Amino acid sequence: MTRPLLASALASIAVVVASLPSQAADKVKIGFISTLSGPSAALGVDIRDAFMLAVKLNGGKLGGFPAEVLIGDDQFKPDVGRQLAEKNIKLDKVNFLTGFVFSNIMLASVPVAFENKVIYVSPNAAPSPLAGKQCNPYFFAASWPNDAYHEAAGQHATDKGYKSVYMLAPNYQAGKDSLEGFKRFYKGRVAGEVYTQLGQLDYSAELAQVRAAGPEAVYIFLPGGMGINFIKQFVAAGLSKDIQLITPGFSSDQDIIRAVGDSMLGTFDAAHWALDLDNAANRKFVAAFENEYKRLPTVYASQGYDTALLIDSAVREVKGKIEDTEAVRKALKAAKFQSVRGAFKFNRNQYPIQNYYLRVVGKDAQGRIVNKTMGTIFKDRGDAYVQDCPMK
Amino acid sequence: MSWVLILEQTLNGVQFGLMLFLLAAGLTLVFGIMDMINLAHGSLYMLGAFFAAALVQATGSFALGVLLAIPATAAVGMLLEMSVLRTLYERDHLSQVLATFALILIFNEAVRIVWGSDMPLSTPAALSGPVQLLPGLAYPAYRLLIIGVGAVVAGFLYLLIARTRVGMLVRAGASNREMALAMGVNIRRLFTLLFGVGAGLCAVAGALLGPLLAVQVGMGENILILAFVVIVIGGIGSIRGALVGAVLVGLVDTIGRAFLPMLFGLFFQPRVASAAGPAIASVLAYLLMVAVLYFRPQGLFPARG
Repeated sequence: MTRPLLASALASIAVVVASLPSQAADKVKIGFISTLSGPSAALGVDIRDAFMLAVKLNGGKLGGFPAEVLIGDDQFKPDVGRQLAEKNIKLDKVNFLTGFVFSNIMLASVPVAFENKVIYVSPNAAPSPLAGKQCNPYFFAASWPNDAYHEAAGQHATDKGYKSVYMLAPNYQAGKDSLEGFKRFYKGRVAGEVYTQLGQLDYSAELAQVRAAGPEAVYIFLPGGMGINFIKQFVAAGLSKDIQLITPGFSSDQDIIRAVGDSMLGTFDAAHWALDLDNAANRKFVAAFENEYKRLPTVYASQGYDTALLIDSAVREVKGKIEDTEAVRKALKAAKFQSVRGAFKFNRNQYPIQNYYLRVVGKDAQGRIVNKTMGTIFKDRGDAYVQDCPMK
Repeated sequence: MSWVLILEQTLNGVQFGLMLFLLAAGLTLVFGIMDMINLAHGSLYMLGAFFAAALVQATGSFALGVLLAIPATAAVGMLLEMSVLRTLYERDHLSQVLATFALILIFNEAVRIVWGSDMPLSTPAALSGPVQLLPGLAYPAYRLLIIGVGAVVAGFLYLLIARTRVGMLVRAGASNREMALAMGVNIRRLFTLLFGVGAGLCAVAGALLGPLLAVQVGMGENILILAFVVIVIGGIGSIRGALVGAVLVGLVDTIGRAFLPMLFGLFFQPRVASAAGPAIASVLAYLLMVAVLYFRPQGLFPARG
């Protein structure tokens, strides 16, 4: 390049760099992408509603700064989720990304965040690869490791002494994690292990197999519309009379209860949170959620609320200097907030360490169908993959 | 491997097959007589389900909702035929595919605007329990209803096609359209009527399958592909072919889904067996179509002798 040309090139670069806006935060921008339509919309809607409730109760702020939440619907499609994530990160320049319900959509979309050093706080999906070998400093799970509910349910099945259990889950990462987790703690005989299609709604063929296998209990991991259809068809086929249904906590939660009704009474499930957990933050949350939305919250809602509180605590810790990603990470890891589940702390792979409770579907004092806490299955449990994670 | 299991899976396959038949019947007549590829057929199925869901909510009665959805969808089908599809008859198949594919997209968004992305539709309370068919086999009552309705509609269609004047005109048009035209058959009115009947059949299938699957935007696309496979296997333009083809595809798909994973499980790990099983089971229907095309390209019961 000739001298004058080089000089003018350098000069123009200098002008451009000088005119870049300085990054002091006067507001917090959140990209919220979730499944807000289709048979499994209730999950994303609950997370969104609880997240926005937390922001509203904080006066529209997170960490003391006005919060701008950009909401997108991934329509249960990984490519749509990825497009929205790219838009949020490259065009809208969000400070945090959050919201995904399903592991497959999340795994397709968060690499964009990681590449651009944007922190993703997961209000739900927390698959095993990101807990172990592929753990990432920009990934924080505010929910529970994907396996956790299943491990707790497996332990419960062992405690109850069921001699045979038939298992079903959809054929994707979280589905595989779920049955691995169950088998890790269930010491009886596996009468069947079936992976159905993700989004499958007609279980007639699988239910006929269950009837033929004649197990003592059936364990399912079928979130959203899949679970609703399965449970309805399970009861319609007359199988619920002789076979005990065990599910992870979210498969027997309020959204399923609303759709299935009385036929679910007596189902056992395992979760990290319940409506009747006795702490101040939870009492405030349940009352405010019911008041605002005229329905009871699910575990998904409790996770969405906690995610907002976690981000709020981190922004407060760094006093608004959210452009310093390393400081934000440290603040998130410290997790100095009052979670609705009680005590909250992160493991070194940025997944939570917490208790898991046994719940049963029954009626509360007002005759409503809810999950009631029966006991504690695990205390201070982390996950089975942390030893593979190189992060400190 | 018990007889109860085989019987139950056979019933499941027949149930699925009969619903496929309702879609395939309309599709095969349109393709056979009007020589038109209509991809929007799946959208009429979706419309039928949404109409049923909305009407059940409005009237509070499942039966009334389903019954009223049929003329509603038939009316939409006939309006569609008179306005848009009539212009496509003279065109080549590619133009028809492009135009009706556009219709799919338009219907999807229109339904989303009017009703939202999905609507709840539940089995009527009286039918949500099982019926004790045999000691040890309690089969869901609602699926028995579907099998019953499917069989009745199949019988009714047979009577219509084989025993009435309209049916005779339809058979004439299916076997040789030019000759039928030359003989003075009022083709325009026949086509519109045919379309209405096809749309009505779609509505029955959509409304009945709604509680089992989910009433949501885009529900017609998967089942439409299988319906095309059915009419290729059965023979274009033939109702009998559509029935045989549909039940065959239904049985092959269900029994494949049920027993292939078991078979694979003998040789492979459960995760591989459960992934490969349903995947190959869904391919089985297409393998069947390929086999039929190879040995009998005109289909099992071709309308054009």
